[in-house]
Amino acid sequence: MSIFVDSNTRVVVQGITGRDGSFHANQMIEYGTKVVSGVTPGKGGTLFQQGVPVFNTVKEAVEATRANTSVIYVRAPFAFDAICEAADAGVSLVVCITEGIPVRDVAKALPFLAARNVRLIGPNCPGIIAPGKKVKVGILPRSIFKPGPVGVVSRSGTLTYEVVFQLSRGGLGQSACVGIGGDPLIGTNFIDALGAFEKDPETEAVVLIGEIGGTDEQEAAEFISGHMKKPVVSFIAGQTAPEGKRMGHAGAIVSGSAGTAKEKMEAFEKVGVPLARIPSEISSLVRDALGRRRK
Amino acid sequence: MKIHEYQAKELFRKGGIRVPRGEVVTTPDGAYDVAAEYARPVVVKAQVLVGGRGKAGGVKVAGNPEEAKRYAQAILGMDIKGLTVEKVLVTEAVDIADEIYVAVIMDRRSQKPLVMASAAGGVEIEEVARERPEAIHRLSVDPRYGLLPFQARSLAGFLHKDFVVQQQIAAIVDKLYRVFDSTDASLAEINPLVVTPTGEVIAIDAKINVDDNALYRQKEIEEMRDVSGEDPGEVEARKADLSFVKLKGNVGCVVNGAGLAMATMDLVKTYGGQPANFLDIGGSSNPQKVVSALKIVLRDRNVRSIFINIFGGITRCDDVARGLVTAFKEMDLKLPVVVRLTGTNEEQGREILSEIDVHTAATMDDGVKKAIEVAR
Repeated sequence: MSIFVDSNTRVVVQGITGRDGSFHANQMIEYGTKVVSGVTPGKGGTLFQQGVPVFNTVKEAVEATRANTSVIYVRAPFAFDAICEAADAGVSLVVCITEGIPVRDVAKALPFLAARNVRLIGPNCPGIIAPGKKVKVGILPRSIFKPGPVGVVSRSGTLTYEVVFQLSRGGLGQSACVGIGGDPLIGTNFIDALGAFEKDPETEAVVLIGEIGGTDEQEAAEFISGHMKKPVVSFIAGQTAPEGKRMGHAGAIVSGSAGTAKEKMEAFEKVGVPLARIPSEISSLVRDALGRRRK
Repeated sequence: MKIHEYQAKELFRKGGIRVPRGEVVTTPDGAYDVAAEYARPVVVKAQVLVGGRGKAGGVKVAGNPEEAKRYAQAILGMDIKGLTVEKVLVTEAVDIADEIYVAVIMDRRSQKPLVMASAAGGVEIEEVARERPEAIHRLSVDPRYGLLPFQARSLAGFLHKDFVVQQQIAAIVDKLYRVFDSTDASLAEINPLVVTPTGEVIAIDAKINVDDNALYRQKEIEEMRDVSGEDPGEVEARKADLSFVKLKGNVGCVVNGAGLAMATMDLVKTYGGQPANFLDIGGSSNPQKVVSALKIVLRDRNVRSIFINIFGGITRCDDVARGLVTAFKEMDLKLPVVVRLTGTNEEQGREILSEIDVHTAATMDDGVKKAIEVAR
C-alpha cells in the first residue's frame, strides 16, 4: 500500500481533450494507471483514444465510472472551478498540475475541499507516482522511476527527476514520489507526505527536496524530530537566491529574512537530518541511512 | 508585482480609505506649483519601488513652495538602493498624534489572509516583531466570509484608547481588507495609519504588492507596472514568458525547471564560480525560446561562459538539441557553451549537438565545473 495512490486508484482526467491533457492521459494509461474517464465540457459522449469515455461534468464521470481520483490539466483561470467541481463530485484525491493559479483562488479552494474531506496535491505540481503499483497521476516521466524503498517528496519538478534519476541509477528505487508543487499555498505539505511515508510499510527512508520561501521545511524538521523513526535525507535549493525575487516558482521567494535556504538547512541540522550540500550527495546519504536502519 | 505609493494610495482612495491630497511630479517646478496650490506644508516623497526611502533622504517635509522645489531638486535623480528617483509625490503634510501599523498579507502557514496591526506604527514592522512581538496583533480571516465587523472592532480596540477613533480605525481595516481581496494582493500595508490631534484617521503611506498569477484579471493594475527600476533582462524575459533573475557573476545558466535552475546556480557557487543569473526555460524545446534565453543571458557583459542544463523527462533531448542548433546558427555565439542533456532520447540529442561547437557534459556536476573552467 503506497501513499495517497494505489491499485484502487481510478482516475478521471479533467481537460482530457486539451494538448497537455491528452498527451499525459496517454502516458498515464501506458504506464498502467486506471484512467477510467475524462471531462471536457462540450465533448461529453465522445471517446478518448484507448476507449476512455469523455463526459461534460465530473459528477457524470464519477457516477458512470466510479472514478475516485481526479487529475487536472485545465488553464489557470478555470482551475479553481475545476478543483471545486471535482471535490463536489465525490472524488477523494485531486491532483492539480496547473501553474499560475491566483493565490486567492487556492485560499478559497482549500476550505471547500477540507469540508468534503478531499485531499489536494498541488497546484503547480508534477503529480504523484508509485512505481511498484504502476500508478502515475500527473506528468512525472515514467522512465526514470524504479520500485524500491525510498520515498521522495519535493516542491520541484525537474530537480526531482534529476535526484530520482541518480537514486535509480544507484539501485535505490522509489516506493512513491510526490511532487507537492511550487506555489505558496498547496494542498499537501511536507508533513502530510512524511506522515504518510512513516506509515507506509514499503518505505524505508525518505528524501525531502525543499527550496526557499515559506516555513514548510522548518515545520517538517520539527515533525521529523517528534514523529518519525524512518530516516530522512534533505536537500534545499536556492542557497544563492537574492532576497525579494520570485525564483520561477510562485512560492520560491525570500521575504526580508524569512524563508532562506540557510534557515531551512539549520532547522534540519538541529534535528539531525542529514543534509546534502549538492544534489549528487543525496544518493550516498540515503545509502548510509538505509545501511544504518537495516542493521 | 509592486506598485508605487501614489498608485497604492489611488487604490486606497477608490476603496474609501482616506489619504492626504497629493500629486506626482517629475520636476522641481512641478513640486513648487503643487505646494503653492495647497498653500500648506507638504511632504516631498521619492517614488521608487524599494523600502527605506526616508532613511535614504528621499522623504522631506517642506514648509513652503520654495523649500518643496529645493527638496524635489535634491530627491529627483537620487539613487536609492540602486534605483533612480524619477517621480516624487508632493502630498499635504498631516499633523500626527498617533501612528498605527496595519497590514493584510496572505499567510502561508495558516493558508488564509492575515491582518496584522500594532499601535507601534511609523517604524519598521520587522523591528517591532523582533523587539516587542507582543505589540503586534494578528487576526486570521476566512477568505469565504471576508473580515467580519466584530473582528475589525476587536482589532481596533488594541490600537487606540478613544472609542470614536477606534470606530474609524475599524472602518479602515475593513476597507483595507476589501482592497487586499479585490486587487488579489499578497500584501496591502498602511504604515503609518495616522490619528491626528483632532481625531481624524488618515493613511499617510500605502503599499500594495499584487499576486503575479492574478494579473490576467487585474488589467488596470497591470497597467500600473513601472519597468524603469527593473533589470532590462528581466523585463524581456517576462515578455518571452521565461523566468529570469539577474545575479552578479560570469557563468550564465539556462535550465529547464525552477528547482533545477536554483540548484544549478547554487552548484556554480559551491564549485567556486559565480552564477550570472537564474533562468528557467520551462518545458518547451522550442528553438525560439532557446534563442530568447541566450539573448537575455548575453545582455550581461560579465558573462564569460554559458551552462545549458537540461533534464529531459517529457521534454525530449533530441528536440532540445535541435532547438539549440537552430539557435546557435542564428546567433553566432562567441562565448564557450557547455551543454548537459540527460533523459529521453539523450543519445540522439548528443549526436545532433555534434553539429555545433559546444562542450558536452554527462552530469550536472561536470557541466558546472567545465563552465567555470572555460569562463576563466
